[in-house]
Amino acid sequence: MPRWGMVIDLDKCFACQSCTAACRMENNTPPAGPGATDDGRAILWNEVLAFVEGEYPKTQVLLVPRPCQQCDNPPCTYVCPVKATYKNEDGIVVVDYDRCIGCRMCAVACPYQVRYFNWYAPAWPPALRAHLNPDPEVAPRPKGVVEKCTFCIQRLRHAKEKAEAEGRPFDATDYQPACVQTCTGHARYFGDLDDPESLVYQLSHSPRAFRLLEEMGTEPKVYYLKQG
Amino acid sequence: MERENSSAPAHETELERAVLNPLRKTTLPFWAAIAVLGALFAFSMGTLVRQWVLGLGVTGLNRPVYWGIYITNFVFFIGISHAGTLISAILRVTNAEWRRPITRVAEAITFFALILGAMQILLDLGRLDRVLNVVIFGRFQSPLLWDVTCISIYLLSSTLYLYLPMIPDLARMRDRMASAAAADVDGKKGFWSNWRYHLYRIMAVGWHGSAEQLRRLEKAIGLMAILIIPIAVSVHTVVSWIFGMMMQPMWHSTILGPYFVVGAIFSGIAMLFLFMTLIRKMWGLEKWIGAKQYNYLGILLLVMSVFWAYFTLSEYLTTGYGTLVHEQHVLQAKLSGEYAPWFYAMLLLNFFVPFAILIRRKGRTPVGTVIASAAIAVGMWIERFTIIAPTLTRPSLGYEKAVYTPSFTEIAITVGSLSLFAMLFLLFFKLFPAISIWEVEEGEHIAAVKRKAEELMAQPGPAIVAASVAGGPAGVPAGVPAQPLRNME
Repeated sequence: MPRWGMVIDLDKCFACQSCTAACRMENNTPPAGPGATDDGRAILWNEVLAFVEGEYPKTQVLLVPRPCQQCDNPPCTYVCPVKATYKNEDGIVVVDYDRCIGCRMCAVACPYQVRYFNWYAPAWPPALRAHLNPDPEVAPRPKGVVEKCTFCIQRLRHAKEKAEAEGRPFDATDYQPACVQTCTGHARYFGDLDDPESLVYQLSHSPRAFRLLEEMGTEPKVYYLKQG
Repeated sequence: MERENSSAPAHETELERAVLNPLRKTTLPFWAAIAVLGALFAFSMGTLVRQWVLGLGVTGLNRPVYWGIYITNFVFFIGISHAGTLISAILRVTNAEWRRPITRVAEAITFFALILGAMQILLDLGRLDRVLNVVIFGRFQSPLLWDVTCISIYLLSSTLYLYLPMIPDLARMRDRMASAAAADVDGKKGFWSNWRYHLYRIMAVGWHGSAEQLRRLEKAIGLMAILIIPIAVSVHTVVSWIFGMMMQPMWHSTILGPYFVVGAIFSGIAMLFLFMTLIRKMWGLEKWIGAKQYNYLGILLLVMSVFWAYFTLSEYLTTGYGTLVHEQHVLQAKLSGEYAPWFYAMLLLNFFVPFAILIRRKGRTPVGTVIASAAIAVGMWIERFTIIAPTLTRPSLGYEKAVYTPSFTEIAITVGSLSLFAMLFLLFFKLFPAISIWEVEEGEHIAAVKRKAEELMAQPGPAIVAASVAGGPAGVPAGVPAQPLRNME
């Protein structure tokens, strides 16, 4: 069983936000509009965070694309009172939208703030609505539940089905999330972290590799390669 | 029990008249209070319906401030529910005689505060329609389920604990209304009087005051008084663990459990002061709820205020002395950031104001304790708020500072909840006696026996009687004055 993980090279990323846009189109997250975004209500499974350090004129900005860190030791799943969020057999943390009671305990427990709450019923302008991803696995979520990045888990299913239809064994390279596929600077790598031959294995063992809030013991499966 | 069967108010004792009269006659201020509280509650229901229709977007909550003043209210109400446990159970177990006139009020606060507290969690759920999932799919790994379990047990046991000591009083009211109900066979007197008679009759469960019934009741109350203390402590501990089990700065602290329990008992006593003074004033019970209760309970409140200050100092000094980056951000938000006014108001209202008033004997009067208690009630709400909001606005992955401003809906529902709490309390004591009559009578009886014994000892009589009452040495020569014996007690 592959241990799916991602490596993001911060030297190659130029914060074009195409990952954010691709994620939105793939996973049907509703646009919040400028007002609600300012209120902290935007739903973006992938976000490019800006860490600003120092005072003008000696300011440094570190831009970090942040999908769900897919922790191996996910604090969000422990606190769910109804097991609506859990790590599935592929090691990916998912949410059961039909079971979630909307208490938002998981969202408070996540140190990376990757969990998003549906404050209102989701809505799209007609032009965008026409282009929703028809996959039932990413059907729009109802109001009052929590949702989050799943490493585009529907793509994993598609890849497995395709391999089966073509009568060949499923290979780890058959599957990649939308943000990885679309990344303009080829800054994102995806694959099996347990396979020593894989690119993500080698990059995650690079001296440049680090993980967010590593000291918390959450064991994220998203690695970053240091800038500069 | 001749007196029990009499229905004429003329035969009533002073205590019965004082306690039961408010149940018979309703004053204008009472209806005015109910009307105001009812209007506020009805208005908040309107905003709540709007929230259910539109979604939690009508609140000021956002990412990452996922919890706001609904959760603050939840902790606050569960906190004041500790009034009944402390006063009633602990004072009953330790046989403090002065507790008798105020246990009923304390137990009622517990009951209604618990209901309101549990309601706050329901208001905060995104999917109230799926709340039964907690029962169907509930798993004990989540601190939320610890809360559901402990609060359910506490609600069950405090309902029982409110009801059991009320049975003899219910029987008394049943008997008062029995002749009136019997005379009204064809129901000419109207539904109202009969309705209350049947309520008391059913709730009195055939109590007739026999020695065996009394023995069993005392045993049950004694057992509940002991059981309810660990249950109450568990409830507020797990409430704190909703926060304490999260790896969030200034939540993930071992002090949180005991800190919340101390805060709960503290705010519970303050709430008891406010409500027992209200009932005392509206129902005219000054003779029974008097100087002794205000003085002793005032000392307890003072002690809890000092305890609270000690816990606060421990927590903030430990955090401040360290250099953990994420915790420092939260601490700075409270000491010098946008939460500083809240933080200093909390210190003022929870410690400095109550301490200055209650440290003096003259301050432990109805006026003094009500001022101190009002300060504490507000201060403890602020304390819960300054535990929740500053941490959530400064998460560990701090790329930007979040802001939380409660919306009109949240404030309206908070006001509505407080109104509902007060309204339920007043209506309850319109239907049931505010003072436990039989327990106060029992106390008077015990006091009378004690006085009698002292009188006997004071008399220059057969020394053998005095000696046996006082437990003094036998064989004192007859005719010796009892005075020296009393000194030996």
